[in-house]
Amino acid sequence: MTITENKPTSVIGTRLLRREDPPLLTGEAKFTNDLNIPGALHLSVLRSPYAHAKIKSIDVSAALKIAGVIAIYTGKDLQSSWASPMPCAWPVTADMKNPAHYPLAIDKVNYVGDGVAAILATNEVASRDALDAIDVQYEPLKAVVDLEDSLSDKNVIHTELGTNKSYTWPLLVEETPGCVEEAFKKAKYKVKERYVQQRLIPMAMEPRAIVAVPQPFGGDITLYSSTQIPHILKVMTALTLGIPEQQVRVVAPSVGGGFGSKLDVYAEELLCMALSRKHNAPVRWVEERSENTQATIQGRGQIQHVELAADENGKITAVRVRIVGDMGAYLQLVTPGVPLLGAFLYAGVYDIPKAYDFECTSVFTNLTPTDAYRGAGRPEATYAIEMAMEALARAMKIDSFELRKRNYIKKEQFPYVAFSGLTYDSGDHLLAAEKAAKMTDLAGVRAQQKKQNVPGATKLLGLGMSSYFEMCGLAPSRVLASLNYSAGGWEAATVRVLPTNKVQVITGTSPHGQGHETSWAMIAAEKLGVAPEDVDVLHSDTAISALGLDTYGSRSLPVGGVAIALACDKVIEKAKTIAAHQLECATEDLQFANGTFSVKGSPDRALPLAAIAFGAFTAHNLPEGCEPNLEAQVSYDPPNFSWPFGTHMCVVEVDTETGAVEILKYIAVDDCGNQINPLIVEGQVHGGVVQGIAQALFEEAVYDEDGNLKSSNLAEYLVPAACDVPSITTGHTITPSPTNQLGVKGIGEAGTIGAAPTVISAIIDALSGLGVTTMAMPASPQTVWKTIQAATSGGKK
Amino acid sequence: MIPAAFEYKRATSAAEAISLVSQYGSDAKFLAGGHSLLPLMKLRLAQPAMLIDIGRVKDLSYIKDAGSHLAIGALTRHMDVETSKVVHEHAPLLAKAASHVGDSQVRHRGTIGGSIAHADPASDLPATTLALGATYIVQGPKGQREIAASNFYKGFLESDLAADEMLVEIRVPKMQGAGWSFQKFNRRAQDWAIVGVAAWHRKGEAGVALVNMGSTPILATSVANAIAKGASISDAAALASNEADPQSDLNASSDYRKHLASVLVRRALEAASK
Ligand SMILES: Cc1cc2nc3c(=O)[nH]c(=O)nc-3n(C[C@H](O)[C@H](O)[C@H](O)COP(=O)(O)OP(=O)(O)OC[C@H]3O[C@@H](n4cnc5c(N)ncnc54)[C@H](O)[C@@H]3O)c2cc1C
Repeated sequence: MTITENKPTSVIGTRLLRREDPPLLTGEAKFTNDLNIPGALHLSVLRSPYAHAKIKSIDVSAALKIAGVIAIYTGKDLQSSWASPMPCAWPVTADMKNPAHYPLAIDKVNYVGDGVAAILATNEVASRDALDAIDVQYEPLKAVVDLEDSLSDKNVIHTELGTNKSYTWPLLVEETPGCVEEAFKKAKYKVKERYVQQRLIPMAMEPRAIVAVPQPFGGDITLYSSTQIPHILKVMTALTLGIPEQQVRVVAPSVGGGFGSKLDVYAEELLCMALSRKHNAPVRWVEERSENTQATIQGRGQIQHVELAADENGKITAVRVRIVGDMGAYLQLVTPGVPLLGAFLYAGVYDIPKAYDFECTSVFTNLTPTDAYRGAGRPEATYAIEMAMEALARAMKIDSFELRKRNYIKKEQFPYVAFSGLTYDSGDHLLAAEKAAKMTDLAGVRAQQKKQNVPGATKLLGLGMSSYFEMCGLAPSRVLASLNYSAGGWEAATVRVLPTNKVQVITGTSPHGQGHETSWAMIAAEKLGVAPEDVDVLHSDTAISALGLDTYGSRSLPVGGVAIALACDKVIEKAKTIAAHQLECATEDLQFANGTFSVKGSPDRALPLAAIAFGAFTAHNLPEGCEPNLEAQVSYDPPNFSWPFGTHMCVVEVDTETGAVEILKYIAVDDCGNQINPLIVEGQVHGGVVQGIAQALFEEAVYDEDGNLKSSNLAEYLVPAACDVPSITTGHTITPSPTNQLGVKGIGEAGTIGAAPTVISAIIDALSGLGVTTMAMPASPQTVWKTIQAATSGGKK
Repeated sequence: MIPAAFEYKRATSAAEAISLVSQYGSDAKFLAGGHSLLPLMKLRLAQPAMLIDIGRVKDLSYIKDAGSHLAIGALTRHMDVETSKVVHEHAPLLAKAASHVGDSQVRHRGTIGGSIAHADPASDLPATTLALGATYIVQGPKGQREIAASNFYKGFLESDLAADEMLVEIRVPKMQGAGWSFQKFNRRAQDWAIVGVAAWHRKGEAGVALVNMGSTPILATSVANAIAKGASISDAAALASNEADPQSDLNASSDYRKHLASVLVRRALEAASK
């Protein structure tokens, strides 16, 4: 065997184009609804038009007469199909209240969109027509829509629970008992703020879609679903349907976005599976957009009360937080845990003493269930602390950047053991913030602002900022256990070098837009010294990737990507024993670089990985006891979360006559440690920032007092398009994580976390001369205009 | 997003379309660009039993210089109005308004006739042709008649068109070098206006119409009269909502709409008189 030429191995850090994109852009990619499965029956779900009502009767006789309609089932008809109610995997407290939740409502509907009947037809036109032909008699009940109304228990939704409160979860950390109270008594400055995190609709471009395909004999079943979590789905559907787990295979074909909304076990998945087994035929369902807005989980939905105590220099001495969380009508997969993911972050990036008093009470409402939505708990927390910092700076009459500087955890304090006991792995907040300030031309903007914001001016300039921490890379399994989460946080990877030196990487992550195929190939290429295009990445099919915990919580790279690096290490270890055997030297004498093993000091005694891979395959000449083939599997449980951070700044111009806000400049400086592919990092930041801007300016799931969703389609729910957002300037600092060998941190949610407080604080800054100190989200022109009116007519003139 | 069952016939001329619609009566609907009708059908808010497709009636897609006015065929797509040299020269306000309709897909399918016949107060072209004093030519079984834009709009999505009549031509007086401005206020660039203003101004004379300020497009006659009487632009603009009766929705309350209308009318007239 001759030695192949050395390849340069600096794949990591290059802006490799995403291999995912050509099929997506040309339409070649197959989404679930593109799967053409002969003989599939179509499922339609009749949904409740009432937020809260008793079901008096359901008459399906007319619908059954429609040609093509095969069967119609009500909740009662299917009661015996479920081994258990739909799963909630995060019972955050021992006494958490969790109403039984079935794929179809049984006697009572609890939100607009709650499933009432399932129609099976030979074609989707017939199943759609049947929806209009079913006659349901409801007895409407008073809908509970408002969180504070829900808390009062005047109208209890799930009467069997006796209350609307699901749980109260406290996190009180005190150096000495009573020190929080003491700090507030002694504080030179105090702020007390109330913020509302409006409900948001995740609005993945691909709505959910499902096909369940039963095997004619033996009971095996394959579920194709537009999901983020094929592995979790396999376990959960097996348990809920009472099917032996080994008979369930879950495949997530190309998935067009999730943002957390596909991190769930949904009624329709269970219905497709149960009905496909009943009818021994494939059953498919695809969500309409207006169904998506009602029957797919929503995000956010919190009222936050935040108090900060500070000394004469503005050093924070205590934090007190009270939250009411909106669970919606039922608990979905991780609904109750979302506020907890933010619970540790209400001190933000600041160095505070052990004086932290957090408590979250979560309640049911007659609205669509909430669950994880990009950032899940952390954007809410960051918004609250950053806006409270702005309020504190106003109270102290100092610049909010100056206030932040006085409180940032300093570079030399890392790894930093926080008040909560969590260790922040690495960081340099000041560096990121100063870089952002420089890119923004902070001094220039302030000077321009002085010139422009004169009395009578109708176009006012404002500057906003936020510094954030993201607790991500979910997660060390032991920490999850301490939070009562039902699963672990590890990730699995298999790396296999094929006889021809091509590589297969099998990952337990489940990409749906993040570019894992590209990034994972880059990691393996770097480690093994092969070209990235020689690495194939397999995922999202439980028959191929048996182990995994899927994709959410900015976990895929710091957990799943690291698992791949570790599996590569194992492969290299094994290859090294083979190389040593064939080169007749000790393994300690070998070095591995650029895909080749060579004897230290005598570089001509060398063997490329290609030769070893082929040798491992033929197994003609392996060391004693060495198994054939070059393959390794790793299950990696991270020792810590990863803690990306950064500072965002923006400049807005507010038209005080109309209330319109224009973002003139948006600067995002993010630090996610080492970047595998900076192009993908920037893409994640761009998308995240846009979703954060969307929360700040555009989006809200608006309900009327009867619990009807008023913004139920894309004309009324204002997802901004490219022309509605500014061009985003990204910058970064690089502070590698010391907890993993790649030095990486997550970046999927960072943009969403940083953006909303940045934009809102800029608007308040612009209007501060008019006496404006608060701004509700979304800051629509009308909201901004009315806030200006209230400030200018109510006070000083 | 599956409409209720319907039948479909394609007409190749206006006369054929009218004879078909006379046959099927009020169960039939013309299908032009489909960009207002099909979304309603997919939501099953409209369930016509018969669609008469006039989208390929070629002889109704034209823009002609007819001396004192421009003659625009009802089937002319927004994109053709937006990019037409003749329109740019003689009715630049209309070209501008057309460029603000939805996004480029919408502008390639949607037609000026469909937009006017649909009579949506939130649409841009009904108000703009109203401001310009346009005349609509409609054709029925008994022949053609002319309707002044100011007499055409009767209520929300209601017009003077009879079920068996078809809009065939829009006649837009030439603007004769008048200053003009189109103001569209919305939250996303591609949305319908929360409030829109189409205005022109020429030496003590003005025409102003409002988008989405009532159940029909609104001609702001008080503003025009005030300008004619020599009022200042800002005094005239304060009368913007005199003829309007705007509704409240998720984006704007009625009061906020009225406030916006006066701001936008002022800005429009200022720009038009520059
Ligand atoms: C995403 C989107 C965004 C849009 N944004 C805007 C916007 O910002 N501003 C705006 O003004 N519009 C907007 N529109 C509407 C668009 O301009 C439509 O094209 C237009 O309103 C209707 O024209 P059409 O040719 O598509 O009519 P169709 O949908 O085919 O017909 C509409 C109605 O008019 C009737 N009709 C059509 N032609 C005739 C005729 N010649 N005679 C008699 N009756 C007729 C039909 O029977 C039907 O009832 C938008 C549409 C979409 C889908």
